[in-house]
Amino acid sequence: MNTIKHRPVDVVIVGFGWTGALMARELAETGLNILALERGEQRDTWPDFAYPRITDELTYGIRLKLFQNPARETVTVRHTSADHALPYRRFGSFLPGNGVGGAGVHWNGMLWRPRETDLKMHSTVTERYGASTIPADMTLQDYPVSYQELEPFFEKFEKICGTAGQAGNLRGETVAGGNPFEAPRRAPYPTKPLKQQYAGQLFARAAESLGYSPFPIPAANCTEAWKNPYGVQLGVCNYCGFCERFGCFNGSKASPQSTILPSLRQFSNFSLRTQAQVLRINTDASGKKATGVTWVDEQGVQHEQPADLVILSAFQLHNVRLLLLSGIGKPYNAQSGEGVVGRNYAYQMNGSLNLFFGEKHNFNPFAASGVTGTFIDDFNAGNFDQSGLGFIGGATIGAATSGGRPIQQMPLPAASPQWGSGWKKSIKQHYLHTMTIGSSGSVMPYKQCYLDLDPTYKDVHGQPLLRMTFDWQPNELKMTQFMQGKAEQIARVMGAQQVESGFMKPGDHYDVRPYQSTHTTGGTVMGDNPKNSVVNKYLQSWDVHNLFVLGASVFPQNLAYNPTGIVCATALWAAHAIRTQYFAQPGPLVQA
Amino acid sequence: MNIRQYGLCVLLAVASNSIAAVPERSISPGHYLALAADCAACHTAEKGTPFAGGLKMDTPIGAIYSTNITPDAQTGIGQYSYQDFARALREGKARNGHYLYPAMPYTAFSKFDDQQLHDLYTYFTQEVPAVRQENRKSDIPWPLNIRWPLWVWNMMFHDDERYLNDPLKSAEWNRGAWLVMAPGHCGSCHTPRGIAMQEKGLDHNDSAYLSGGTINGWHAPDLRGNNVRGLGSWTQQDIINFLKTGQNDRTMAFGSMADVVQQSTQHLTPADLSAIAVFLKSLPPGKFSSSPASEDYAEAQYPGAALYQDNCAACHRSDGRGYTHTFPALASNPALLGDDPSSLVSMILHGGRAAVTERALTGMRMPGFGWRLTDEQVAELSNYVRNSWGNQASEVTAEQVKKLRKGE
Repeated sequence: MNTIKHRPVDVVIVGFGWTGALMARELAETGLNILALERGEQRDTWPDFAYPRITDELTYGIRLKLFQNPARETVTVRHTSADHALPYRRFGSFLPGNGVGGAGVHWNGMLWRPRETDLKMHSTVTERYGASTIPADMTLQDYPVSYQELEPFFEKFEKICGTAGQAGNLRGETVAGGNPFEAPRRAPYPTKPLKQQYAGQLFARAAESLGYSPFPIPAANCTEAWKNPYGVQLGVCNYCGFCERFGCFNGSKASPQSTILPSLRQFSNFSLRTQAQVLRINTDASGKKATGVTWVDEQGVQHEQPADLVILSAFQLHNVRLLLLSGIGKPYNAQSGEGVVGRNYAYQMNGSLNLFFGEKHNFNPFAASGVTGTFIDDFNAGNFDQSGLGFIGGATIGAATSGGRPIQQMPLPAASPQWGSGWKKSIKQHYLHTMTIGSSGSVMPYKQCYLDLDPTYKDVHGQPLLRMTFDWQPNELKMTQFMQGKAEQIARVMGAQQVESGFMKPGDHYDVRPYQSTHTTGGTVMGDNPKNSVVNKYLQSWDVHNLFVLGASVFPQNLAYNPTGIVCATALWAAHAIRTQYFAQPGPLVQA
Repeated sequence: MNIRQYGLCVLLAVASNSIAAVPERSISPGHYLALAADCAACHTAEKGTPFAGGLKMDTPIGAIYSTNITPDAQTGIGQYSYQDFARALREGKARNGHYLYPAMPYTAFSKFDDQQLHDLYTYFTQEVPAVRQENRKSDIPWPLNIRWPLWVWNMMFHDDERYLNDPLKSAEWNRGAWLVMAPGHCGSCHTPRGIAMQEKGLDHNDSAYLSGGTINGWHAPDLRGNNVRGLGSWTQQDIINFLKTGQNDRTMAFGSMADVVQQSTQHLTPADLSAIAVFLKSLPPGKFSSSPASEDYAEAQYPGAALYQDNCAACHRSDGRGYTHTFPALASNPALLGDDPSSLVSMILHGGRAAVTERALTGMRMPGFGWRLTDEQVAELSNYVRNSWGNQASEVTAEQVKKLRKGE
């Protein structure tokens, strides 16, 4: 096949979601020649997310218009290495993004900072409960970077997003109304917290009466007119109830479109090519230096793009797959435990309770943003005494209302009819009078949970699919059972007529059908040496110094918190290191 | 610059602990005048080369196309002497002697003095790159395309005189008046036009001057001192911010004004913007003849209320106040309250976009709603907006909407 060879650029960025856009904007100021390659379509607030067409649940929420098309590329899934993995033909459990903005377009906007202990999970568990409490198959490890090092970059990203929230710990001082477990922050949230709905208020009252500390969820959902550090004006959230699975039509939910792209357009040294699917990262004969990337356009024509610096900023799963396809880094071998690429794949363990109240309580679920609600952090890892509980990790518990859409957001009691006039009657009876308590839990990494290339199935370009080997482990099932108890305790105080549980039970297996979260993590994890990680603390490949890998693929394990905060703060941290250290002296920033 | 060179800069900056100084951009006086006069707006086709002409402009008798004013000898103004150039700008006559259509605002540019025209001439002949692009003939049919009768038009409506300084007014006021009347040619859009397409007033001595005009389905609002329909309630700083960034705390530029701010007014000096504000704020209110509704519609039972809630309130809010610098307020917004509702109706039908300027680079968009609202609904909605939250304006009819939808 003929390959079109392009003139070299200084920096090529693979994937143009949150991390690609942040890196492009941070490096644009250097004047270097930057090219971003995005496999999906060009998308912008206007016309792609224009009101009212975007508020079409069937098109976007059910038919998944903004997401990766599994007919072209998907993953294969199995529970254990003894099983035969099959291709995932309709995404359900997680929804990888596609197109400009990536998953940053259709997220809900929960924007967390980790606590100090989250980044030192292995040390914390060892110190508090002893190394023997860590199961033999659990490959828990610390981040190689501290909260203090990342703090300025969390602040910067919060400002980029016009983040709404209530500080709980301002420079070490506890602030009433915020999360008392929060790590110290130098600055309050840029904009005031989102309004609380009745569900959040009711939850807060009950949690408080039990001695817990409720606080409004930090939201990348702007609540006041805000101009961010890039000079971009954000909109103000109007609680339309169409965040997750949708693009934001009024520029208030932070996305690359609403926070970065208007400012990036001012730089003539930056360009973006959409519908450009990168097939592999090319290296020189030594295998230690990247020379650029090979990509294929919408017509199927191959292109070679030489570059001095390669930024791998695709979605977590694609980062792992591209490294494997490029032969960069040693692939993980579950039998021997050797190798690193594909190691420490993790997910998120969620549970929920539906609370049916009856006519006296009106929750008006339709007036919501993706992040309206109240949480408690009292049972997150490190915040309570876990001696003798038999699990590592923890969860947030909260009452979030993200909308009252007609197809997916009308929970009914299990005994209700599924269709017909009985179903309609039941909807009428419960729609306004039902709320949900959710728990979002951490997932630890295990030797037997990993990603590699599938030996059988290929994508539309003839390249092997990524294979996911993953199932729930006893530690997480125990954890979620504990959280169910706590959530039910709060629900009892709230006084619901009827409570139905959606928590997993011991012996349950990973079910790829119902949506759980798009928080897939690991596979190219960061660490303090090349034996336990793919990238160093600056997200620089140990093997190829002019390659940086950004995103949730660098998480050593998954936290209870949603990942975007760490994803974007570490991207800004890496950009800073590239600008201030790497460009001055291209080479490894950490000696192996 | 490549990575190695940039790396060297980083090392040097770290060593000297300083950030490299960025030189101030300075431009020639002629370049500045060309920006102030927004020559590029008309003399550049959509996605065309700057000043090479070819932009289509509709007139009641057929479309005309702007001309190439780059210094190309064959197709541009390369053979123009200074005298030729000055005659074109002041008298509306091309080098070959034919009359220019008064879409070229020579009635405004005659207020340039010799020094200013020399500066402009130098810019267009020495700084602008020559582009070979043939001028396009107008679509005006014979015999209307015969140009000599324009001589009569000029006799009636054009006096070729320089700006006359008013010694009773401050220097700042005089500078502002000259900027608005001469390079700014604000009256081209903002002054109503008479039967022969002439502007009904060329300076502040005429009460029709800048009292609002309509072009291609958009109404350029009254810039005089009326509190409701004009700039009476605006401060000087409101005007300065609007022209510098395309927005202020109250509102945003839309329609072709967004282009004017982007290409022209954002580049003016703070002193000149301030002078413009001083002059505009000195204009007394004009005359009105409308009969606004007697009640305030901002109640649920009025026609249009439900349409407003469904289509508009998500951003502009149910109290019509919007959000500052994000979604313009509809309450007390002079651009929506003129006797001529074209702008409001066109905005509902087609949507709009904010100016992208150095200090406001977001460029927010409003989607069009013409595809889902009938003429009757647009009229109801317009009446609701024009008569709610203290707004008072005349009745909009479905017939008016129908015409604007058709582009009449």
